[in-house]
Amino acid sequence: MLNAVAYDAWILHALIWLPLVGALGLFLLPESRAKEFAFGWTGGIFLLSLGLLVQFDPGGALFQFTSTATWIEMWGVSYSLGIDGISLFMILLSTLIMPIAVLGSYNYIKEREQGFYALLLLLQTGIVGVFASMDLFLFYVFFELTLVPMYFIVGIWGGERRIYAAVKFFLYTAAGSLLMLVGIFYLYFQAWSVTGAPSFHYLDLVGTPLSFVEQLWLFAAFGVAFSIKVPVFPFHTWLPDAHVEAPTPGSVVLAAILLKLGTYGFIRFLLPFFPLAAGHATVIAVMLGLAVVGIIYAAWVAAVQPDAKKLVAYTSVAHMGFVVLGVFALTATGIQGALIVMISHGISTGALFLLVGMLYERRHTRLIEDFGGLAQVTPLLATAFVITALATIGVPGTSGFVGEFLALLGAFERHPVMAALAATGVIFAAYYMLPMVQKILFNSLEREENRTLPDLDRREVAVIAPLVALMIGLGVYPQPVLERMEPAVQAVVQHVEGGTVDWAGQGVLGSDQEEIAYDPIRSVGAEPAGSDR
Amino acid sequence: MGFTEHLVLPPAVSLLGAGWAPAAQGAAYEPFLPGLILLLPLLGFLLNGALALAAGRRSADRIRSGGAAAEGSVEPAGRMLPTWIGPGVVGVAFLLTLINFGRMLGVELNEPVIRSYWTWMGTGNLNVEAAIQLDPLSMVMMMVITGVGFLIHVFSVGYMKEDPGYARYFAYLNLFVFFMLTLVMGANFPMMFVGWEGVGLCSYLLIGFWFHDRPKADAGKKAFIVNRIGDFGFLVAMFILFATLGTLDYVGVFEAAPEAFVYGGGIVTAITLFLLLGATGKSAQIPLFVWLPDAMAGPTPVSALIHAATMVTAGVYLVARSSVLFALAPAGSVAVATIGALTALFAATIALQQVDIKRVLAYSTVSQLGFMFLGVGVGAYAAGVFHLMTHAFFKALLFLGAGAVIHSMHHAFHATHKDWDAQDMRNMGGLRRFMPVTWITMWVATLAIAGIWPFAGFFSKDEIIWASGAAARGGFEFIYTGLWVVALAAAVLTAIYMTRLMVMTFHGPSRAGEEEEKHLHGAPLTMTVPLIALAVLSVFGGWVNVPGSIRESFFGGFGLLPMSDWLDRWLAPITADAQAVLLAELGPVADQAPVGGGHVFWGAVATVVATAVVILTARSIARAGTRPAIEEGLPEGGIRKLLYNKWYVDELYDRIVVRPTLGVSRWAWRVVDQLLIDGTVNAVGNVTRGVGWFGSLFQTGQVNTYAFILTLGVLAVLGVLIL
Repeated sequence: MLNAVAYDAWILHALIWLPLVGALGLFLLPESRAKEFAFGWTGGIFLLSLGLLVQFDPGGALFQFTSTATWIEMWGVSYSLGIDGISLFMILLSTLIMPIAVLGSYNYIKEREQGFYALLLLLQTGIVGVFASMDLFLFYVFFELTLVPMYFIVGIWGGERRIYAAVKFFLYTAAGSLLMLVGIFYLYFQAWSVTGAPSFHYLDLVGTPLSFVEQLWLFAAFGVAFSIKVPVFPFHTWLPDAHVEAPTPGSVVLAAILLKLGTYGFIRFLLPFFPLAAGHATVIAVMLGLAVVGIIYAAWVAAVQPDAKKLVAYTSVAHMGFVVLGVFALTATGIQGALIVMISHGISTGALFLLVGMLYERRHTRLIEDFGGLAQVTPLLATAFVITALATIGVPGTSGFVGEFLALLGAFERHPVMAALAATGVIFAAYYMLPMVQKILFNSLEREENRTLPDLDRREVAVIAPLVALMIGLGVYPQPVLERMEPAVQAVVQHVEGGTVDWAGQGVLGSDQEEIAYDPIRSVGAEPAGSDR
Repeated sequence: MGFTEHLVLPPAVSLLGAGWAPAAQGAAYEPFLPGLILLLPLLGFLLNGALALAAGRRSADRIRSGGAAAEGSVEPAGRMLPTWIGPGVVGVAFLLTLINFGRMLGVELNEPVIRSYWTWMGTGNLNVEAAIQLDPLSMVMMMVITGVGFLIHVFSVGYMKEDPGYARYFAYLNLFVFFMLTLVMGANFPMMFVGWEGVGLCSYLLIGFWFHDRPKADAGKKAFIVNRIGDFGFLVAMFILFATLGTLDYVGVFEAAPEAFVYGGGIVTAITLFLLLGATGKSAQIPLFVWLPDAMAGPTPVSALIHAATMVTAGVYLVARSSVLFALAPAGSVAVATIGALTALFAATIALQQVDIKRVLAYSTVSQLGFMFLGVGVGAYAAGVFHLMTHAFFKALLFLGAGAVIHSMHHAFHATHKDWDAQDMRNMGGLRRFMPVTWITMWVATLAIAGIWPFAGFFSKDEIIWASGAAARGGFEFIYTGLWVVALAAAVLTAIYMTRLMVMTFHGPSRAGEEEEKHLHGAPLTMTVPLIALAVLSVFGGWVNVPGSIRESFFGGFGLLPMSDWLDRWLAPITADAQAVLLAELGPVADQAPVGGGHVFWGAVATVVATAVVILTARSIARAGTRPAIEEGLPEGGIRKLLYNKWYVDELYDRIVVRPTLGVSRWAWRVVDQLLIDGTVNAVGNVTRGVGWFGSLFQTGQVNTYAFILTLGVLAVLGVLIL
């Protein structure tokens, strides 16, 4: 059915440009209809994007839905799109979060609605563009495009210190981006000198021969840019400020999607472009070290935050630590775990920001101590909050566990001490999350103001329910996601390890993939890998 | 013998993806709807959960319209459905378990039956199936969980009748049974971990069931966080297992382990020690026992089910399940046994001076779990599981009995508005006149836990103590001997603190007050029937594993008790590989106590001593008399004060762990984050100057215009470039 409408040919273009069309359309409508239109538009885009799940062939080529058109011929810039199993789920996460963020801002955004939703839609164009680009120049344009709408969203609809937060966010990330731009050009000219033809296309750049020292410098340039975006400790201090000041939907998009641009960059560009640097023991040690410090340090700092939103912001830093750990484990299991953490964090932290936003709309405070006993008056909110909190701290049966478990397991094979240290994060996660849950939902209903708080209404249930369902669904049955990611991840791992990867074709795997996926006792007895004899 | 000798991968394995594959070829045991055993409690949780949410919303409406927070009880109509669903699903699950047990009983089971439903996590070289494993060990656990669980669900109908959170209570309790069954039925370590953390979650929710009461919510939180320290150990153990063996399935791990690990090697020792850390968390052993006494904040049937009969025994199950690994790691096993014996003694000393009836039982549980650890630590895996089972009977009975007592005391004090503690034994006394069924059944349980022949606890505890002394072999004789002495001392203390509890509660004059006595009442049928059922089990439950030597001496001539060593033989397929390792490495057991004497002799001594201790303690406490709590001050000094205050372990942990962590956290935030990092950033970026310029953009109020221009601009730039 989807083939009949040539879905594969236009879907990526539609997912990128339809939001922009919607942003224009917003200005043709009266202000009062802006939010309904934005919700309908983003919701429709989400439904469209679901076809990707059906059409993406897990056993097919590494990159699918590819298309390319010349853009600036003399520089070799092309408008090339295409997705693999990694970007597939990043795009689906983005198209899912957008309508939820819109629906979640109905009560929060009360002024200049057209502008707000237009910026949100513009942001979506940038985000999906980043994940769908196969041309580095195009990628960079979209990457920068995400910056501007977010800057305005924080700066205009934010809280009291919004200007400071917006500027800090902008300068931090713009500084990183500039470094990356320099790196991109170096890589581009290097590739040009080798191949004799200018090109920014991913497949033309990915095998570019670079000396180890060159790789190290370029790794640093790209790495810092992405690390700021993630953010990796110690580049994280823009995040709590931006989150606290941003309006709820801004925080949701920031945490759920924008942070993933950084970790996506690690996997998509940093590892394949600079395998010598990424595979170097010292580089790995540094990255893993920063990841572990981030996990533990951010958890500690989160635990003593009086502001619920700031607490959630710091937990993002801790979660991104697990992602970095999984990525630089450089094992398939580790990277797949990292990707699941990315998705899971998008869902559960997005939900947490929405819930904190709902509390804020009711009480106009985010201070944890202003609440208490809410489970008695808002049972639905409390139930959603508790399930989300459990997913955040990685209780098995939720998506959080699958991601952290795989990331840690993948890391442990190569770096047992680092992984074991990172695993203490499960203790500290309980240490930051449970006191907040208790202080907000449990204890006695001491404050008179809290006795009359309304429970979730239908719209709010519609906002939170799909996220809660996904947390549990992904925790119980993540395999459909994992198996679609596997070929792309294996390609990256093989490439870093010096193996040959057919980037334009099926990557490394081919047909023995089936065997790996379905033989549960494959490794029993056959080859006990190591022993302490 | 063990599974592994017969390990022919069943053809079903290749069909695992399809689930519900036919049973393995050659295995005569045909499981009957095993998945339903798991599914039913989950279904119960969902239904009760929906009812609970509806009830919660009604109650919230009352609060919003000015009612009191935790006021009012459920209307009888609102109790109807949870009453049938809650115990109902567990009852049916028990029946299904019985059927499966019956089927397994009749056949020779050479290999576990594995049912795989879907691939849970498959990445790279990892493959974890959502699979359950049915074998003798999981069957024993399932019987205890669904059987004792059902009785406790029934008891709860009466106990929780007037609680406004009635449906929520059964929702959590059903969810707990689901996770506990997952823990014991899972076919690989990650599945066990699902149950492992799941029961911890339910424990958290149920300890803090009355969450509006801050100390209770605190206790739930403490339980969860302390348990997570243990869970960290479990996780790391799994990581090491996977890194060395490449699989996390039980079948794969236990088959590969003897080949892959050298006896006493570093890796297998590390695995067992990390598993032990996990076990000490869940099973409340030194050093992570501190959460369990606080967990008594939950409703008393919860204490019976979760904090006595099932969840806290998960650590024992873990060691028994991984017996091959522990057998390969003598240092790990000795650590298990040592921690068990020390915990048994340490907790028993604290129980001596507690005045809250539930706290006595809580420390008693910690102590008895110590015995189980001692058992599985010295290689008597079946004995550990045996004590786990009998303890589930008599300790659940003790908790439920205590629940009945508290229920009655609470009513009496409530009726007369007396501000006394309904759980303080000093306020009780003479209750045997008002609640005879509770009185008699609790005495049965007391004699059982004290280890008096022929009650259930005699056989199980005796076997552990015997094993710790008699199993001395290899290079650890002196440690085993020491543990044997410690265990004997702890056993004597057990008899003392339990007798003290019974005498203070049920004997002597009533101290509740004359007016209050009129309101003291016996328990309703839903509460007494489970008590009686558990009392029967507390007597006869031990007879399933009467040691051969004792049977010959006492019963042989009468042809009674044909089931000698039945449980040992039943569990043999699980423990055989471990026993083979122990036999090969350490040689046969000594089969006599460290100071000489055979099993029968020491069994007789134990019973005589325990009986004497019970009688002497009862007389001395009765003679000394007890005064109500308000008349009796706190212990003023010396060892009594130390024990009353639980050796100040909580205070110690607060000083050396809790407060420093908080301090470091605040320092990290204020100094590292705000001062160092952010200070540097602000200085470098000179953000403040940028603020002036960028900020001016927002001053005009023409934001919609900006957004519009921005959108147009993007389009225009792209348009120009494309064309």
